[in-house]
Amino acid sequence: MKKLKSLCDIFLSMMKIGMFTFGGGYAMINLLDNEFVERKKWLGSEEFMNFVTIAESTPGPIAINCSTYIGYKKAGFLGALFSTIGMCVPSFVIIYLISLFFEQFLAVSAIASAFKGIQVCVIFLILSAGLKMLKKIKKTVFNVTVILITFTAMTLFSLFSVSFSSIFYILIFGLISILIYTVGFLRSREDKK
Amino acid sequence: MILLKLFLTFLKIGAVSFGGGYGMISLIRDDCLANGWLTEAELLNFIAVSESTPGPIAVNMATFVGSSQGGILGAFVATLGVVLPSFIIILLISSVFTKLLKYAGVKAVLNGIRPAIIALILGTAFTMFLSLGFGIENIYTSPDIDYRALVIFAVICAVSFLYSKCKKKSFSPILLIVISGTLGVLLYGI
Repeated sequence: MKKLKSLCDIFLSMMKIGMFTFGGGYAMINLLDNEFVERKKWLGSEEFMNFVTIAESTPGPIAINCSTYIGYKKAGFLGALFSTIGMCVPSFVIIYLISLFFEQFLAVSAIASAFKGIQVCVIFLILSAGLKMLKKIKKTVFNVTVILITFTAMTLFSLFSVSFSSIFYILIFGLISILIYTVGFLRSREDKK
Repeated sequence: MILLKLFLTFLKIGAVSFGGGYGMISLIRDDCLANGWLTEAELLNFIAVSESTPGPIAVNMATFVGSSQGGILGAFVATLGVVLPSFIIILLISSVFTKLLKYAGVKAVLNGIRPAIIALILGTAFTMFLSLGFGIENIYTSPDIDYRALVIFAVICAVSFLYSKCKKKSFSPILLIVISGTLGVLLYGI
């Protein structure tokens, strides 16, 4: 009974956060911190901050990663499940309803013109998200080379209509970093000998 | 069949997308354009709606694309697909591999991927800009410059740059969407 109550609590709190945060993952971290660290004290501030670093470096939406973790900490597997579903339900319902009427909505000519302007804005938002990350990253030789190669290759492939999925860049540079790491590791062992 | 394809596509996207919602956009764009699910303009509309409604952008995008291709079931399988890898990975990290990210090898891979993600985000923005502002899809099409789009771009760049200079924080994306929507009505509607 107590377990059920805490599952409900997790589900509803996550649903509330999923319903009221705009602007994706980073905006959500603040709210999660407020609700689960400061108010409910389910986990310590340092633990949460450490986890946010993990959530940023593992694949998938940051908000989902955080909600799965908080749910697991509070009530194990079921907690993680309820927490993640709670986080997704508001998005799902809202977007599904919008998608039903979106075509008719765009048929209104003023709205179609507004969206033409908004499309420009979306490109700007993507660009500034990229630039913000670019500012933060360390400008090592490796990082700068990877960025230049990927950016140039992607632009050229797109201009010449060559299809080359973005996933390949991620896989290729992941593999190269394993290689560099392994070589460095073996060398340092040789040196010790 | 479309349901299975939606599920697998978004499962793949959920499993390899690092760097949050924006890191995911280049992957979603690849698959949606290659499968003929969306045009560039539709994709941008969907991103705008996902950005201005609550919830994680990735979940919003998956639901939206899924619903447009396969109704409510499509929306459901796409959302499930995008969330499932996260869910499983985080469960494993919090229960079994609590020290996974402390291994130097894992760290090295994650650090190697990060610059590629940044370049993918910038490259996506750049090619979208060429296509929307200059009508350049590839070298075989003749350019068709959209001056109105360029004006809107210049205005929102200026607004957001001046705001962040003066206030030392970034301009709300939703407000930028409202401004550019209004400019859109003024420039394209009349």
